[in-house]
Amino acid sequence: MATETLNPVGAPTPRNTTLGKVRTHPTQNEGLIFEKSSPGKRAVRLAPLDVPEVEAEALLGDAFRVDAAPLPEVSEIEIIRHFTRLSTWNYAIDLGMYPLGSCTMKYNPRVNEFVARLEGIAEAHPYQPESLTQGSLEVVRELEQCLIEITGMDAITLQPAAGAHGEFTGILLVRAYHESRGNARRKVIVPDSAHGTNPATAAICGYEVQNLKSNSLGMVDVAELERIVDEDTAALMLTNPSTIGVFESEIHKIADVLHAKGALLYMDGANMNALVGKARPGDFGVDVMHLNLHKTFSTPHGGGGPGSGPVACKAILEPFLPTPVLARRGDGLLGWNFDRPQTVGRVRAFYGNYGMFVRALAYILANGPDGLRQTTEDAVLNANYIRASLEDLYELPYKTASMHEVVFSDKRQAARGVKTGDIAKRIIDYGFHPFTVSFPMIVSGALMIEPTESESKEELDLFIEAMRAIAQEVDETPERVKNAPHSTRVSRLDEATAARKPVLRWRPVTE
Amino acid sequence: MACPAHLRYTQEHEWIALEGKIGTVGITDYAQSTLGDIVFVDLPKVGDPVTANQTFGSVESVKAVSDLYSPVSGTVTEINAELATTPDKVNEDAYAAWMIKVELADQAQYDGLLSAADYEAFIAEETGK
Repeated sequence: MATETLNPVGAPTPRNTTLGKVRTHPTQNEGLIFEKSSPGKRAVRLAPLDVPEVEAEALLGDAFRVDAAPLPEVSEIEIIRHFTRLSTWNYAIDLGMYPLGSCTMKYNPRVNEFVARLEGIAEAHPYQPESLTQGSLEVVRELEQCLIEITGMDAITLQPAAGAHGEFTGILLVRAYHESRGNARRKVIVPDSAHGTNPATAAICGYEVQNLKSNSLGMVDVAELERIVDEDTAALMLTNPSTIGVFESEIHKIADVLHAKGALLYMDGANMNALVGKARPGDFGVDVMHLNLHKTFSTPHGGGGPGSGPVACKAILEPFLPTPVLARRGDGLLGWNFDRPQTVGRVRAFYGNYGMFVRALAYILANGPDGLRQTTEDAVLNANYIRASLEDLYELPYKTASMHEVVFSDKRQAARGVKTGDIAKRIIDYGFHPFTVSFPMIVSGALMIEPTESESKEELDLFIEAMRAIAQEVDETPERVKNAPHSTRVSRLDEATAARKPVLRWRPVTE
Repeated sequence: MACPAHLRYTQEHEWIALEGKIGTVGITDYAQSTLGDIVFVDLPKVGDPVTANQTFGSVESVKAVSDLYSPVSGTVTEINAELATTPDKVNEDAYAAWMIKVELADQAQYDGLLSAADYEAFIAEETGK
C-alpha cells in the first residue's frame, strides 16, 4: 500500500494524447455545446400564446434582428450531460485538499447552503419594499456588526463584489478623505511582497506606486518606510500577515510612521484567516481594509463564487462610504440611506452579493467567538505542521515564524533542473490541487502552501507524504516530475502559444 | 551565460548600449531565462519621456507580468515594433531584441551603471551561486 502511494503512476504517458485517465465516463472528450447543436432541438416547449400577438419588427424598428443568433439547439438531457461531464473534470475542495497559498480555499460548510436556501431568504428580491424585507436587512445589519467587531473598525460597506473591488473601494475612500482636506496627495506605497492587485488598485485610483523593499526577514523595513513617507504619501497598502505568511510584528510602528505624515494605512485582508478572534486590525492602527468573505468566511471561492469583498474603515472615512448605507430609522425599521453628500458613490448594483452575506453570517454564528478563534489556531497549526514536516527537504527562505501559510523555495530541486511549477504539476498525480507557484515575487521559485483549518491530520499527512515522495523523485527520476502530470486528461498545455495566439471563441466550420 | 562587455546593466536586469547620445535598451539574458516564455511586450510611444529607475513598460511571460525600468532619463526616439507580434525574439536572443532607443538627458547616468563584470557578480550574489 505504501509503495503504491509513493508511486501512483507507472510509465509516463505520451504528451498530447487526448484520451488520458479514464474516470467516471469512458468518453473524456467532451465537445463544445455548439458542436452538439442540431436545428430544431428544444429543451422546453412553450405553452400556446394566450395574449394578443404583436409584430416584433414593427415594435423594434431598426433594432429588429433579421438573422437568428447562432445559439446551440440541444435537448434538456444533452445540456445536463454536457455540463455534468464537464463538472467531472473539475478539482474541488469537496474532492480533496486545495492548498493554494494566499487563496484560503477552505471548506464551504453545508449549513451555509442550508440557510441560503431557506425560502424567505432565497426568494427575496432587492425591489421588494423595505417594509417587507426587514428580515433580509437584519441579516445585512447583523453581518456588518459581526465584521466590525472582528476587525475592530468603526464602519463598513458590504457592496464590493470581491477582494480587488474592495481594494479599489478602499483606496477611493482614502482619496476622498485626502481630497476633503484639500489635497488628494500623489503616491501610494506598496511593499514588494504585495499581491499584484495592490499596485494595480493604486494606479487605477490615480496614484503613483512607490515600491518598498522587504528586509531580510521578509517584513516591512520600518527605517526605509520612514525615509520615503512624506506629505505626498496618501497611504501604504499592506498585507498582514504578509504574503510569506509572516505577521508584521512592527505594524503599530508602521501605522505611527504613516499617521505622523497624515498618510493612512490600508490593510489587504486576504490573510485575515490568521487573525480572526486573535488580533484586530483596528487595534493595531489600520484605517481601512477589505475582507474576502470567499476566503476567511467560507463562502465559495473561484468558479463557485460570486465573491464578496466588504470594506471596513475607521470613523474618519465613514462619510465617504459608498451609497446606500444601512441605517435604523426613527420608527425602528431598517432602511437604505442615500443621503450621503460626501460619498464616493455606488460601487455595485443593489447592495452587493447578498447570497454571500447569508453564508458568511451562517458561518460566523455557527462557529461563535470561540469557534472562530479555534479556526484561526487550527489554520496556523496546520501550516506549521506542514512546515515542520517538509523543511528538511524543501528550502525555507525566510525562517520567521509562519502564520496560516508557509512559503518554501525550489532552490534544492532547481539544482536538478526541477522548478516549482514542475512540482506543482506532479502533485496533481497524487490527487491534490497544486499549491501557489512563483508567488510572492520576493521568493525565487516559491512554493506557497496554505492548508487552512479544514484539513484533518490524516489529509495533511497524505499531502506531506506526497511532497516527500516528489522530493525523492526529483533526486532519482527527475524526468517523471518534469513531464507531470501523467494521470490527467491532458498533460502539459502549450501555455506560450496559448498566450501568444489565443483562440478566444468558437467559430462554425465553414464549408 | 556571458554578458556582452560593451553593454552597461541595471540591477533590474536591463542592458543599455550607447552610441553618441542614443542609448539602446533591452532586458538581459538572465531576465529572459528567469521570466520564461515571453508572450507580450508593452512599450512606450516614440516621444514619451522616460526617467532613470522608473518603469517605461512591461513584459509579460507565462509566469508573470514584470515592469521594465529605464536605466537612464531621456526621450524615446524609437521602439522595436517587431516585438508586438514576435515577443519570442526576446527569448531567442535578449541582446539582439532591443526594446527602446532613448536620447539621453544626462550622460553621467550611463557612466554610473553596472559593467558586465559588476552585473555578473550581482547575479551570482542574487542566485547564491
